[in-house]
Amino acid sequence: MKKLILTVFTVIMASTITLAQGYQVGDIAADFKLKNIDDKTRSLADIKAKGYIVVFTCNHCPYSQVYEQRIIDLDKKFAPLGYPVVAINPNDPKLVPDDSFDNMKKRAKEKGYTFPYLFDETQQIAKNYGATRTPHVFVLQKTDKGNEVAYIGAIDDNTEDAAAAKTRYVEQAIAALSKGEKPAVNSTKAIGCTIKWKK
Amino acid sequence: MRVLSIILFILLIAPATHAQKVQVVLFEQLQQRYTQTNDTVYVVNFWATWCGPCVKELAYFDSLQLHYRATKTKILLVSLDFKSKLSSTVIPFVNNRAIQSEVLLLDESNANTYIDKVSTQWSGAIPATVFCKNGKQLFLEQEFVYTELEKTYLSFLSNSK
Repeated sequence: MKKLILTVFTVIMASTITLAQGYQVGDIAADFKLKNIDDKTRSLADIKAKGYIVVFTCNHCPYSQVYEQRIIDLDKKFAPLGYPVVAINPNDPKLVPDDSFDNMKKRAKEKGYTFPYLFDETQQIAKNYGATRTPHVFVLQKTDKGNEVAYIGAIDDNTEDAAAAKTRYVEQAIAALSKGEKPAVNSTKAIGCTIKWKK
Repeated sequence: MRVLSIILFILLIAPATHAQKVQVVLFEQLQQRYTQTNDTVYVVNFWATWCGPCVKELAYFDSLQLHYRATKTKILLVSLDFKSKLSSTVIPFVNNRAIQSEVLLLDESNANTYIDKVSTQWSGAIPATVFCKNGKQLFLEQEFVYTELEKTYLSFLSNSK
């Protein structure tokens, strides 16, 4: 009995630790296979690039909506320079019907997404990355070792007003990476919606 | 007669309006307030009108306040809505729901400057809540049902004696 309790306890502890983990800057991010809004499965390896702007985002969250145009603009600006946007919706549509796969297709079409919008149905990729909120950005740089996490955090420092942003973190990170440098600011925090984890 | 009906009307709507002012504060002012050295437990909840899980749990904080009037407990509901939405959204929301706890609006456009000062454990997702008494702090990035909130509050209370 004692052993059983200990085992259960260990399992609980281990799962808590796994939840709290996620990638840190400098880690190599594992590739994934996720369903895209064109019904095809996509991996980072399918997309020829120098690196990626991986954005955990969704349809329903007002902060994702406030940043949506900025995400579209990031792809327009940086995909030609080798850093395309890869958007991932990690929310459980049972909890938020707005974030269903069909609604993802609709939203992407309406807003003219120029990038993959992937559905993390099992939520495993969000867990691996350590994403906790939407929007939550991970800038990856391709290296010999794999896709290295170069920046984690916010898109810029003003959620309400893009024009009033003083520092555009993602743009600065990519500018540094393009010059072969490490981003000066490699981690920031921002307010966002919690990821709606399966219950 | 007309005067009487006006008085009656005022009497009728008075309890419903119980209009609360929503004070706009900078982070430093907020932090000074909840980290004061006294015998009060501060329960600071970060929320926004647009955040579904946050809105769901707001009433639980009012209930907590009501149940623990005897112990010195101060609830601060800190709205992270944009300041530009104060009159159009936040104040009507607070009054329509007759929120009893004190509501503040945080006037900071760059969350990266204050999130870590609340807690390095905070990723920025809301709801998030800090329990604070005499320098002791407990931070939780999660949503509560009432029983959980009460349990957390009581265990914080006994640990911070």
